[in-house]
Amino acid sequence: MSLLSLKSVIKRFGGLTAVNNFSTDLQPGELCALIGPNGSGKTTIFNLITGIYAPTEGKIFFDDRDISGKKPNEITRAGIARTFQNIRLFKGLNVLENVMVGHHLRLKSDPFSAVFQLPGYMAEDRKMHQEAYELLQAVNLAHLADKEPTALPYGQQRKLEIARALATHPKLLLLDEPAAGMNPQEAEELMEFILHILKNFELTIFLIEHQMRVVMGICPRIIVIDHGEQIAEGVPEIIQNDPRVIEAYLGVTENA
Amino acid sequence: MKIKRNTLLTLAALAVFYGLLALAENTLNTYWVRILNLCAVYTIFAVTFNLIFGYTGQFSLGHAGFAAIGAYVGALLTLSPAQKQANFFLQPILPFLANVEMPFLPTLIIAGLLAALIGSLVAWPALRLRGDYLAIATLGFSEIIRIFLVNWQPLTNGAMGLKGIPEYTNLYWSWGAAIVTIFIVKRLIDSSYGRAMKAIRDDEVAAEALGVNLFKHKIMAFAVSAFFIGVAGALFSNLISTIDPKVFLFTLTYQIVGITVMGGMGSLTGSAVAASLYTIFLELLRPIESQITIGSLMIPGRPGMRMVIFSLLLLFVILFYRKGLFGQKEFSWDWLIGFLRGKNRKMKTSQTLGSTGAADKENKS
Amino acid sequence: MTFELFLQHLANGISLGSLYALIAIGYTMVYGILRLINFAHGDVVMLGAYAAFYGAALFLLPWYIAFPLAIIITAALGVIIERIAYKPLREYPRINLFTAAVAVSFLIENLGIVIFGGRPFAFTRPEFMDVNLSFGKTSIISYTFIIIITAGILFAILLYLVNKTKAGMAMRALSKDIETTGLVGVNTDRIIMFTFALGSALAAAGGILWATKFPQINPLMGVMPGLKAFIAAVLGGIGNIPGAMIGGFLLGISEILIVAFLPSLSGYRDAFAFAILILLLLFRPNGIMGEVQAEKV
Ligand SMILES: Nc1ncnc2c1ncn2[C@@H]1O[C@H](COP(=O)(O)OP(=O)(O)OP(=O)(O)O)[C@@H](O)[C@H]1O
Ligand SMILES: [Mg+2]
Repeated sequence: MSLLSLKSVIKRFGGLTAVNNFSTDLQPGELCALIGPNGSGKTTIFNLITGIYAPTEGKIFFDDRDISGKKPNEITRAGIARTFQNIRLFKGLNVLENVMVGHHLRLKSDPFSAVFQLPGYMAEDRKMHQEAYELLQAVNLAHLADKEPTALPYGQQRKLEIARALATHPKLLLLDEPAAGMNPQEAEELMEFILHILKNFELTIFLIEHQMRVVMGICPRIIVIDHGEQIAEGVPEIIQNDPRVIEAYLGVTENA
Repeated sequence: MKIKRNTLLTLAALAVFYGLLALAENTLNTYWVRILNLCAVYTIFAVTFNLIFGYTGQFSLGHAGFAAIGAYVGALLTLSPAQKQANFFLQPILPFLANVEMPFLPTLIIAGLLAALIGSLVAWPALRLRGDYLAIATLGFSEIIRIFLVNWQPLTNGAMGLKGIPEYTNLYWSWGAAIVTIFIVKRLIDSSYGRAMKAIRDDEVAAEALGVNLFKHKIMAFAVSAFFIGVAGALFSNLISTIDPKVFLFTLTYQIVGITVMGGMGSLTGSAVAASLYTIFLELLRPIESQITIGSLMIPGRPGMRMVIFSLLLLFVILFYRKGLFGQKEFSWDWLIGFLRGKNRKMKTSQTLGSTGAADKENKS
Repeated sequence: MTFELFLQHLANGISLGSLYALIAIGYTMVYGILRLINFAHGDVVMLGAYAAFYGAALFLLPWYIAFPLAIIITAALGVIIERIAYKPLREYPRINLFTAAVAVSFLIENLGIVIFGGRPFAFTRPEFMDVNLSFGKTSIISYTFIIIITAGILFAILLYLVNKTKAGMAMRALSKDIETTGLVGVNTDRIIMFTFALGSALAAAGGILWATKFPQINPLMGVMPGLKAFIAAVLGGIGNIPGAMIGGFLLGISEILIVAFLPSLSGYRDAFAFAILILLLLFRPNGIMGEVQAEKV
């Protein structure tokens, strides 16, 4: 039984077809990469899965439930969390609070008990604090808990976004170019870290990367898209030598 | 231990404040008591605008309309049947209201509930809009409410307004309501719900992707705000004892925006301080609008002068203190104690500064 | 209702609509560039009317000098307002800019009360605007047509300026994308000044024509027309100049016709504008001509 399943998904923006007839399945526990040149539709696929856009055609299933066209918060509640390509932290909240927002969807106490700080809410609040703090420890940011997120360097902001997404207790984590803006060594460390959370949090991870090299080492399966269409899929060795992939990438490098 | 200390300090401060109110109520003349009451009403206006815009990021310009609802409820439920007959001489009041006369507390609560209900009904469609579109739609609803109140004679006595409203509002009521408002809003924004609201303010897309139900939290902010605006409206009509529907033009909302920005978006302390300063300041300047005689020199009064000065001051604050008087800072006992201590230490030696920093950190965590 | 009467109402609606449209253009142009709801714009309308009034009544200038002069003075005032109150805030949160506009609006209105006095003045129409024209059984006073014709000429000039001149094209580019346009060597500052001058000039023209239609001027006279014109701009799709014109006409005509057909609702007249606006926004959240801008994530 697959965890996530996209069936012939199409997304058009006016005349532009950003995603064309894309299908794939993710198995529980899998680490899968989605790669492709600039503007090939990778982020759009994530936006479709997380409900930011509704598919023009096709269906998306998660845990065997049809989630196509559902609202983002409902999809997150169902167990999908994500990070963003252009970091979107909450600037008015500190590092710890950013993570705690991810816990909010599990809050059981009503606003009344929250305002009057009834025992039920206080217990939940303490637990929230503690869990958020533990997540920060897991990503090595605990010492920065009361800092403003904008004060953090780029790499740490990306990690904070991951911690924040983990706070929703996802089954599936979508990472949109987590290594963007990092040097090769940082990128490698990050990939190690991703493998680490994959195991420790019992996750399934779907990961967008722009550069093929970064994911070669850690992802057993890679999907390549170009112009919104899947052009290759398989283990890194096959992908590396696929003529269409080489063409897609070389074509881009030539233009650049 | 520390929490206990702060609670004790707060209780002590409330007791002192109560004493001051009692003192003011008993010694000041009615004119000044009225001004202090108005300070409380405007404080509620500003604090609620802060909740909806400063903390939740929803640019709502509906304040005047919700205040109008509260004001009319406050008047219609407290006016005696005889007074109602006297007011509604053109056309009798709707029968279900003719013989109602309620004590103040239930009146205030009904005023708040009705404003919250209508506020939520307004917000329900309007919240599909974002940013400036939300602003213009809520401003529109506010004007529609006002125009209905002006035209619905059997309910509101129309453009003639209402007179003889019992003057129930005193400093205990008004400041009591202001303190309850501040307390609840503060607790709300510090709670997990408040974090979700601030997340919406900072980035709707990210908030929703983290499972925050945008609509639910925006409606919550709207309803809580509208409730207290309604209460403030009722306090207002039972303070002034008359209602002139013109008061609730959208320019009232602009004033509230101006006050809140002056105090600092995201600071309840700022809202309270700016609202009180604004009210007192306008009163202190009243003489410049009436004729002044200095010796043999007679300066004729110039109506409008006060608002000229206010708008210049507002402009000055926005241009030179871009985050308002308080920015996002909030008064707290830790801050006050740290401030006092910091000053003492600095006066003694510079060596102890390090330990003050450490103490501050302890206080925070 | 007779057909003649209907035509009379329609002419009335079109003339009111062209006034809304004239004022709405200033709102929409400024919003397009600065994303600022310039709530002081309605008060600029009032300044235009007063400038014309003083020119004619105090300095006894003939209308063909007083009116253009008033337009020029008001345009200059519009630019000054932008320089002093808005320019320093361009990089700051938009609520600051909005509040600055509110402060300027309060300032102009109350300075108006202080300087001009709170009592209304009677505005005298030039004679040629006061001619009674009869068409069969109905008669319409000439100002109704003159307002429509003048507005039409001004629209034509504006469309020429915006579409055919360098400054106008830079302005449109700026309203699409202020950052990149600034980068390609357009003097952003000067274009913003140009925008305010143009918008305020049209507002002044609107104010003067407004005063010929409703010949009583007072320092708060700009508030309601300003608000209505803003609604018109949003109706049309804020930021879009033809949209502002369409919105203005739509609003003016429907206001007059609703009251004409349902006189019992005349007290609710000012509520129509908002009701129309809210209904439209619910179905077209970006107005009639506004483009849907899906946020890229
Ligand atoms: N909201 C939108 N409206 C219109 N077009 C869009 C929208 N979002 C994406 N697109 C277009 O869809 C195409 C795919 O974009 P997408 O962001 O998915 O690419 P990507 O593979 O993530 O690229 P990159 O590597 O640059 O992140 C692009 O041409 C983009 O311009
Ligand atoms: Mg992308």
